[in-house]
Amino acid sequence: MALSTGGAAAPAVPAPDGPGASSPDALQEGSAAARRARGGRRLLAYLLRSRKALAGLVILLVFVATALLAPVVFPGDPMHITATGSLPPSAEHLLGTTAKGQDVLALTAWGARSSLLVGFVAGAASTLIGVVVGLLAAYAGRTTDSLLSLLTNVFLLIPSLPLLVILAAFLPSGIGTVVVVLIITGWAGSARVLRSQALSIRGKDFVAAAVVTGERPSRIMFREILPNMASIVMSGLLACIIGAIGAQAGIEFLGLGDGSTVSWGTNLYWASNDGALLSGAWWVFVPSGACIALVALALALVNYAVDEITNPRLRTPARRRSATDPTPVTAAATGPGAVTETGAAGSTKGTAR
Amino acid sequence: MGFILRRLGTYVLAFWASLTLNFMLPRVMPGDPVSRMVSRAQSRLEPDQIEQLRRLFGLDDRPVWEQYLSYLDNIAHGDFGVSISRFPTPVSEVIAGQIGWTILLGGTSLIVAVVIGNLLGIVAAWRRGGLVDSIFPPILIFVGSFPYFWLAMGALYLFGVTLGWFPINHAFSVGLVPEWSPAFVQDVLVHLFLPALTIVVVSIGGWMLGMRNTMISTTAEDYILMAEAKGLRPGRIMFRYATRNALLPSVTSLGLSLGFIVGGALLTEVVFAYPGVGYQLLSAVQGLDYPLMQGLFLTITAAVLVANFLVDIVYVRLDPRVRVS
Repeated sequence: MALSTGGAAAPAVPAPDGPGASSPDALQEGSAAARRARGGRRLLAYLLRSRKALAGLVILLVFVATALLAPVVFPGDPMHITATGSLPPSAEHLLGTTAKGQDVLALTAWGARSSLLVGFVAGAASTLIGVVVGLLAAYAGRTTDSLLSLLTNVFLLIPSLPLLVILAAFLPSGIGTVVVVLIITGWAGSARVLRSQALSIRGKDFVAAAVVTGERPSRIMFREILPNMASIVMSGLLACIIGAIGAQAGIEFLGLGDGSTVSWGTNLYWASNDGALLSGAWWVFVPSGACIALVALALALVNYAVDEITNPRLRTPARRRSATDPTPVTAAATGPGAVTETGAAGSTKGTAR
Repeated sequence: MGFILRRLGTYVLAFWASLTLNFMLPRVMPGDPVSRMVSRAQSRLEPDQIEQLRRLFGLDDRPVWEQYLSYLDNIAHGDFGVSISRFPTPVSEVIAGQIGWTILLGGTSLIVAVVIGNLLGIVAAWRRGGLVDSIFPPILIFVGSFPYFWLAMGALYLFGVTLGWFPINHAFSVGLVPEWSPAFVQDVLVHLFLPALTIVVVSIGGWMLGMRNTMISTTAEDYILMAEAKGLRPGRIMFRYATRNALLPSVTSLGLSLGFIVGGALLTEVVFAYPGVGYQLLSAVQGLDYPLMQGLFLTITAAVLVANFLVDIVYVRLDPRVRVS
């Protein structure tokens, strides 16, 4: 989770001259840390002010709490058969029971543990690889860039679900395999977006200044360039987590997960296998899918809020405005520079999906 | 031309990478797929077929490079081995019999989603804060968060099982013979509707928001202002000036989203028991049919790469800047 703290550092401190001016000096270091902490607080303040982000964070908190508290609230193995099969929701079993007679609510709560853990770990790890590959390609340039970009493109082009399937089928089954496979298929998207962003920052003067002052390449990459693209890292991370949770559910639904763990994907697999759909037992398959959707929605909401904080043009205006309305001639009117900036952000967004 | 050749090189490399991965996996991974398959297939396999499988999975004594060459030779001749779950049909025949349905399902839903999504995005960006701009994005973000296959399960349960409006499985009614008659085509469309609908509903939001965001920056360009100043009709400015220029990122994401659409189509097929390659993939997984899984992986990858190449050609046609540089 080192990434999220790195991500929190920046969207609010876009001043490109800030980090460039710093030198590896204890005093400067301290003030940079203070600035980062202040920036982090400011981002949090922005996020809390945005209704979208607040809703997303609250939903996420509820699910994390559910995952943590599942063993306390529903002690014992959730796979245990505790009642007769296919009971509709009642006071005793709030979400009914599966065809086998397991409590659906317990399965759903326990499922949050594996699904969230795998999603967050795989998402964070693929973003980490994406950051390293993207920065390295943009910073080193030339042959390194060509090779890394080619590698990224090759991984982007191979359709991920069939790749997930053959990888998961041949690797020994288990939760570790699922994570590894999700990382293999997930890193390329963020690497591509981050490389193009890092490339534009690489051309800025403060990076040239850092090179001239003789800073180590790793320092330039991670202390000079990285903080200036933290908002893109952040939205890349969120998109990766969404993708990982969905992909995990997908391969588990195909029966390629670890059969002994309870997760939302395996819940859906068993629901489908036990014929819950055809017997009309909606309560068996609705909860797990709704949870996946809610988590993805929450992450997407935070993502859109981060986008809007860093790109004010995307905010929905309070007042209805038509494109053919007369252009307002105020300080709010933007120059051509701002336009190209939004264009770039819009297109990176498009490729990130 | 240079652009096209470069892209072509990437595609060839990507295909070679998938081929090689396919070759390596059974050889590097621990465990013995052949004995697992043999025990699953029980006595249906002849001794020489077991021997052939062992060769396919690298359990013969030849040096690796020799195995690799003969593997490439087999693939070049379309020989993916014999399917275990549909023994003794060759994998290539199993795939050939199914892929048409997947192309029908994936292609239809992709076209519908792209057209409707982009139109909604154009309208939303044109009237910022208007009805379309305020209602659709939140709903589509919400619906887009659902896993494809779960929405498919919901649609199947609601419209298929409970309401009975649509058939719940297969691509056409049992007893009909595939032919070009109005009755059969209608039957196929009725079976296609629900699976396609779920894919469209999930993927449309991405298209709409992408188009909306590009349109917003395009409408801020000077030439739009100029067009307004000339007094052109708004409809003309919207489609001939703004949309044309905002379309390029959509074309780029079309190529990138193909793999994603294929994944969604595969899972949706599983839910609806739609007889495409996705449904076949499920039975391959359940039957430990490794040759079929690998054949499907290669076929789908090849299809996605070819489609990407077509998108590139369209892109060059649309964007003169690529042709010049």
